[in-house]
Amino acid sequence: MSEMNDNEKELQEFVMLEKQKAQMNAQIHEFNEICWEKCVGKTGNKLDHSTETCLCNCVDRFIDTSVFIARRFSQLLQSQENGGM
Amino acid sequence: MSMANVDKGELISQVKQQIAVANAQEMLTQMTQKCFKKCVNKPGTSLDSGEQKCISMCMDRFMDSWNLISQTYGQRLQRME
Repeated sequence: MSEMNDNEKELQEFVMLEKQKAQMNAQIHEFNEICWEKCVGKTGNKLDHSTETCLCNCVDRFIDTSVFIARRFSQLLQSQENGGM
Repeated sequence: MSMANVDKGELISQVKQQIAVANAQEMLTQMTQKCFKKCVNKPGTSLDSGEQKCISMCMDRFMDSWNLISQTYGQRLQRME
């Protein structure tokens, strides 16, 4: 009986881990799509240095934007609540 | 439902395979859109050799880009912990 529970537990952990990995991959696909448009002009034999820099910056700035928006949005909501009182 | 009847190892490998396939499909879909956009500007009656060469290079660059972004993202996540 306890053997069944161990199996189920292991499968649950596995599913959770795979789900996390899949979410990360989905995020990377999204970044790649957005940052390719912003950074990659003519494709050549390799990515040149400025393109690589742009791609790296793009990921970091996108995350910064996301954090910025979350923060300010919650401030806007709070000020709305206060104003509504 | 009895777990004893299901080969756990087989289930795990099936799930991993499905996830890998889904990942590859997403990659192919985006790659096709991006490289068509970059390389096929005046669609003709077939893909000429220039267009094919462009598409091949574009595919390679697209995967380079994916790897670089994957690396950058991983590093950023580590910094945020």
